[in-house]
Amino acid sequence: MSKNEGGTSVGWGLSQVRQVGSSVNRSAIRAWMAMGALSILPGVAVAESAGSIPNMMRPEATPAHQILSLTFFVLLITGSIFVVVAGLLTVAIVRFRSRNAGTVVEPPQIYGSTQVELAWTVVPVLIVAVLFLTTARIIFAIQDAPKPKDALDVTVVGHQFWWEFRYPALGIVTANELHVPVSPVDHPQPTFLKLLSADVIHSFWVPRLAGKTDLIPNHENTMWIDPHKPGLYLGQCAQFCGAQHAMMLLRVYVDTPTEYAAWVRNQQKPAVQDPAVAAGRRVFETEACMNCHRIAGTAATGVFGPDLTHLMSRSTIASGATTNTPEHLREWIKDPAHYKDGALMPAMQLSDVQLDQVTAYLATLK
Amino acid sequence: MSNLQSDLPMPIQGTLESEKARRSRSTALLEWLQGWLVTVDHKRLGILYILYSIFFLLVAGAEAIFIRIQLAIPNNHFLTAEVYNRFFTMHGTTMVFLVGMPILFGFANYVVPLQIGARDMAFPRLNALSFWLTAFGGMLLYFSFLGGGLYGAGNAPDVGWFAYAPLTARTFSPGNATDYWALALIVSGFGTLGTAVNIIATIFSMRCRGMTLMRMPLFTWLYLVVSGLTLVTITPLTAAQFMLLIDRYLGGHFFDTQAGGSALVWVHFFWIFGHPEVYVLVLPAFAIANEIIPVFSRKAIFGYPAMVAASVGIMFVSLGVWAHHMFTVGMTSVTNAFFVLSTMLVGIPTGIKIFNWIATIWGGRVRFQTPMLFCLGFLYQFLIAGLTGIMLSVAPMDWQLHNSYFVIAHFHYVLVGAIVFCIFAGLYYWYPKATGRMMSERLGKWHFWLFVIGFHITFDTMHFLGILGMPRSIYTYQPDRGWNTLNLIVSVGGFIQGIAVLIFAYNFIVSYFKGDVAGDDPWDAWTLEWTTSSPPPVYNFAEEPEVRSRRPLWDLKHPYDTDWEYEG
Ligand code: HEC
Ligand code: HEM
Ligand SMILES: [Cu+2]
Ligand SMILES: [Cu+2]
Repeated sequence: MSKNEGGTSVGWGLSQVRQVGSSVNRSAIRAWMAMGALSILPGVAVAESAGSIPNMMRPEATPAHQILSLTFFVLLITGSIFVVVAGLLTVAIVRFRSRNAGTVVEPPQIYGSTQVELAWTVVPVLIVAVLFLTTARIIFAIQDAPKPKDALDVTVVGHQFWWEFRYPALGIVTANELHVPVSPVDHPQPTFLKLLSADVIHSFWVPRLAGKTDLIPNHENTMWIDPHKPGLYLGQCAQFCGAQHAMMLLRVYVDTPTEYAAWVRNQQKPAVQDPAVAAGRRVFETEACMNCHRIAGTAATGVFGPDLTHLMSRSTIASGATTNTPEHLREWIKDPAHYKDGALMPAMQLSDVQLDQVTAYLATLK
Repeated sequence: MSNLQSDLPMPIQGTLESEKARRSRSTALLEWLQGWLVTVDHKRLGILYILYSIFFLLVAGAEAIFIRIQLAIPNNHFLTAEVYNRFFTMHGTTMVFLVGMPILFGFANYVVPLQIGARDMAFPRLNALSFWLTAFGGMLLYFSFLGGGLYGAGNAPDVGWFAYAPLTARTFSPGNATDYWALALIVSGFGTLGTAVNIIATIFSMRCRGMTLMRMPLFTWLYLVVSGLTLVTITPLTAAQFMLLIDRYLGGHFFDTQAGGSALVWVHFFWIFGHPEVYVLVLPAFAIANEIIPVFSRKAIFGYPAMVAASVGIMFVSLGVWAHHMFTVGMTSVTNAFFVLSTMLVGIPTGIKIFNWIATIWGGRVRFQTPMLFCLGFLYQFLIAGLTGIMLSVAPMDWQLHNSYFVIAHFHYVLVGAIVFCIFAGLYYWYPKATGRMMSERLGKWHFWLFVIGFHITFDTMHFLGILGMPRSIYTYQPDRGWNTLNLIVSVGGFIQGIAVLIFAYNFIVSYFKGDVAGDDPWDAWTLEWTTSSPPPVYNFAEEPEVRSRRPLWDLKHPYDTDWEYEG
């Protein structure tokens, strides 16, 4: 995440209030202030790494915004319940503590009271009614939001342990780093995600944009995002999917219109053909790499692993396990387990020369 | 078991004195061992259940400590991904199936017959069979460390305690580890079913004279409800495990998505079991609190009929809320809304219970002995757990928080903050009955305070990690996400809780030999188990007791102010 976000790291609670102030009423703000003491802990986190935290309390898209407003409302209600009930409990314990351990006199026995019990049944019923109606409204607003005609469609396919992104209308296939256009509030350009899985259940979660939705084999799901601000948003797989579930990280780049257009143009080109690295390309096409990876415009058409046509346009490899530099690429090809023990790419036992050659080749795939 | 003595070989006459002493000592040891192994006495079986569970509590606790060492700092290499995944799977499975369930049924075994004035459970042999099935299930699960096969996905289950399909298919989980997981749960599940049947039969047919249903102690009432719930809960789990094994070995395709099976069918089965299961665990905790809070507040439970109704209500409602674990699988908006409502409704009877406990304390004379301290901790923590549960039942919030550390915090608030706290309370409370000796109060207070402090350091902090986007079931995390300090804090709390549990274990063992002699009724309590000696004789009561109210010992102690004059 870019550093310019760091400025608001006054403390988690307060910066929140400022950001969503418009959509939250005063009492919610007050409830939030009451939780001020609790905001010390997240404050620690903010001080640690301001911009990159996948914090649901700093939403940048409509679904996440709506969830946060609802969250404040629910926190207000549950917070009040806590104060009242815990308060009563504390008063009871303190006031009715036994002052004299040796006492044999028992207190008066009370067995119940219908009126009192009726009262404390009715109040929760009312609270539930209010909570339910508010919740239902937001469920319908998010889940059943109509899809505008000019929405961008992206198909997300979960794999053990990486993400595949397909843009059917644009003919683009890429991996692990999703690029979507910014969607200004006055001129929405949302992205609708179709979620599929190639193997087991995964879950797509980028907290600052929306809640999570699972990717389930034989069961198509959808979700949508409309990020209001360009930048990088982090997330990761949220359903345990096997050995390297923890390293199934997710990066969503929200691009300005010009950035996005440039990115699309580049992705639509076939792979760079550089005769200087022909040796590396030969290694790639003879050492089984091509059975698992696709490089558009070459003989490599595998689909088991990520599309490598524009590998160098990505800033990380192996779903965020490490940054995308030639050294890391070489290390990865030599022994994927070094970064990601349990990843489904085998170590191919290449010689040092072959490693250098194939790395040089991959490094040209801009 | 005294009649077994005659079956054992008698020491041969005329041997040397020392030889004789040695033989009779070893004979006595054998006799003692046999007495425990073949026992059908509900009290011994209850103690076996409890010792078995405490053993596994230490094992699964150690696994938790390993997990927390691994997560204390980012990009840690203390455990590999594979070992971590085995540990968190084994930790969860053990805590639910080998600690929670058996220890709670252990309490039932020990206490229910005594409370209803019976001499044993209705089916003593079934009772023994149930225990040994449960024990065998536990051994089977842990045997996977040896027999799970060094091939493929490793040698202990590593698919999570929820074992979502199709990760459990042979394609994704080769080797035998997953089979051990399924078999262990099937076997211990049968044990659990046997116990549930037994408790129901005992409560319905073996109550002493005068004990109508509405005069039963609430503890016993709750175990009746729990046992009924167990019958309908364990069954779908067992069925699903069989389907899984059929998929894996007989070419079935229930969950095999690559052959057109459905991953969601497993998820439904699992949570149709899983949600009521959490009530199977928490209702016995309520049962314990229902005994201890009145006794240590010196007041009758407030609103007994409402407590019974709330428990039965929770039982029914909890059968219709399972899909709140599935808000993210892509159900329709109407289905989501339905499960939001049904889940929130559970909060109502739960709230009634909390109010009734507070009203019980109100106007009483609270004694802060160790069992009560744990129950008071339980009240605060269960309140918070219920409120975070309400937050998660708000489906849009759950879309964010599901499978994050917030959920881990929520259910540990219930499982540890409520259930384990009540289990400790119950152990301190009935230990003198079972052994004739008191556990040390001083060590008990150390245990309590360290445990409370450690608990809050760990689990309060986890809520924030979830809000900051940390998913569960990850073996490590990147240093740039803002989770570093919080994770370190969580781990520190884990160690503090570990120390507290060790103090408890020490107290538990040493008090057996050195504790103060307890007497029949050390807490000045009111239910029938406190009328007999500590420990009770094999036959429990020399003659069948007769009761006229819910608190027979109160009536005995206050002949001019008896309960039966007031109870409705
Ligand atoms: C059996 C199939 C298979 C073979 C053969 C294979 N790979 Fe891979 N490769 C994968 C998979 C699967 C991944 C994704 C791993 C992950 O992130 O968990 C991957 C990832 C990669 C990546 C990182 C891509 C990214 O954007 O994250 C590179 C680069 C790569 N492979 C290069 C190679 C090269 C070079 C060869 C031949 C020497 C090769 N692969 C052979 C399956 C394969
Ligand atoms: C008012 C009462 C409660 C409500 C409203 C509630 C609500 C919820 C919800 C909605 C979830 C799903 C969260 C998710 O996975 O995203 C959940 C998870 C969970 N709850 Fe509760 N809960 C309540 C009480 C309890 C009790 C009493 C227990 C245990 C005895 C419990 C144990 C659990 C467990 C174990 C999970 C997580 C299971 C898993 O994913 O592995 N909860 N709760
Ligand atoms: Cu995953
Ligand atoms: Cu549930």
